[in-house]
Amino acid sequence: MERAAIIGIGMTKIEANKVSDTFADMAWEAVNKALDDAGMTIKDIDNVVTTSNDFWDGRTISCMAVGDAGGVRGKNTSCVEGDGAFGAFYGLARALSGSYDTSLVLAHCKGSESVSSLITNAAFDPIYERKLGMDMITASAMQANLYMHETGVTSEQLAMVSVKNHGNARLNPNAQLPMEITVEDVLNSEMIADPLHKLDCSPVSDGCCAVIIANESKAEKFKKKPVWIKGVSFCADSYFLGDRNLTDARSLREAAQKAYAMAGITNPATEIDVAELYDAFTYQELMWIEALGLCAAGKVGTSLEKGVFNISGKMPVNPSGGLLSGHPVIAAGLIRIAEVVRQLRGEAGDYQVDNARRGIAQGINGVCGQSHCIWILDKEK
Amino acid sequence: MSEKLQDVEPMVYRSRISVPYHWWAGDTASAFFIALRDEQKIVGIRCSECKRVFLPPRKMCPDCYRENSEWVELPPTGTLRSFTVSRRKLAAQHKEPPVIYGLIQVDGADTALLHILDEVKPEEVRIGMKVEARFAEERQGTVWDIAYFRPAS
Repeated sequence: MERAAIIGIGMTKIEANKVSDTFADMAWEAVNKALDDAGMTIKDIDNVVTTSNDFWDGRTISCMAVGDAGGVRGKNTSCVEGDGAFGAFYGLARALSGSYDTSLVLAHCKGSESVSSLITNAAFDPIYERKLGMDMITASAMQANLYMHETGVTSEQLAMVSVKNHGNARLNPNAQLPMEITVEDVLNSEMIADPLHKLDCSPVSDGCCAVIIANESKAEKFKKKPVWIKGVSFCADSYFLGDRNLTDARSLREAAQKAYAMAGITNPATEIDVAELYDAFTYQELMWIEALGLCAAGKVGTSLEKGVFNISGKMPVNPSGGLLSGHPVIAAGLIRIAEVVRQLRGEAGDYQVDNARRGIAQGINGVCGQSHCIWILDKEK
Repeated sequence: MSEKLQDVEPMVYRSRISVPYHWWAGDTASAFFIALRDEQKIVGIRCSECKRVFLPPRKMCPDCYRENSEWVELPPTGTLRSFTVSRRKLAAQHKEPPVIYGLIQVDGADTALLHILDEVKPEEVRIGMKVEARFAEERQGTVWDIAYFRPAS
């Protein structure tokens, strides 16, 4: 792959209800932070990719409504409907196309403004499934149930993911839910859909993230030392849940293999220093760790118990606190990328992973991880 | 940026979006619903390439990228592949909780169908249990023409 890098990042604080900001106000904040971070002005940006979801925004063609805050006037702008990691993929492709040099990628969501259960119900097929009334949590609970049934991973182990990530969030000023909790707290929290307790689930959140991607000709012309993009891949699986082996994460394994091959990684567990994964639910962090090969097959539960995935562990996962500590849908995958950039720059403050040189970020689109976008980022060119 | 406006009272504009839709089911789903409504029969459709039988039926095989061609009549029995017990009243859910959602692989199908279970206590449901469809008395050509699945007799 021709070289490209991330040269600027900007994130709002993730909050349950940002009463002072419209979605465009959030975008204004995130974009300005990213421009300041990169030492750029909006004039240095030559194209924009926004990432949004019309259902969540309560507005059709909402990508056009967020454009002003993204500085799109007079520029080529396009929209990705889905997770921000996929928007970043598009921004990268544009920076490598020969037609553009600097892509601004933006992703926002205000979960607080609607009813998430109704919106995720609308992701189901209207002819065959939607009337059953399921939503993202109940569908994911079926995946969790099967995962535990097949692997022997326990509710206590799921709870430990929640304890770890909410604990990490205490070190991240942007996190929505910093909490000092115990395994018992998780197990005693409300059972929403068996086997998922309330504290196994990520919250409803508001937030926005902006990332600036440049090709090699421009990457080193601005303020920050670039973080280089070494491997990226995006793979999808079948739409209907019943078509898939829900515990296999086939599309994630395929995306990871391609991204690792691009980056020259043969043993991800030892060659990757930090991971920001899409832990919309506790069990998902464990499933994704296994599918990504970040621990030995079948050892994810015991590795978790040994603290391998802690900030100070051998394979830190979600040092920022992850989605469990704040889940602005759409922005979440782009935030994972931005958090890895922070780690590789050594700018992660109290949740900094020692000697982080190479990291992995994951974005998801679709129910139960239908599609995955994997990014391998490196401190060095 | 909100600091300088911090004394501003946050105003909320309350509304809802209500748009009537009618989704044509298409030939494939229509054939499935007609069989369900008129004959109380579950039909799947087979891929001409990999020979897998899809339920719910759809026009193409996502793996082979071929048109599914052959209808297959299936029995009302199957195996529960996974399930959850929904404890909260969900916004789009018409039944009172707890509602047991399941992925049911009907015998002879290679994929699983999303539906609900009843006539069973939540704590008695097990992955791998045998179940059977209970058809609705009044059928209107929707997914609710199968009232629910229950433990096989």
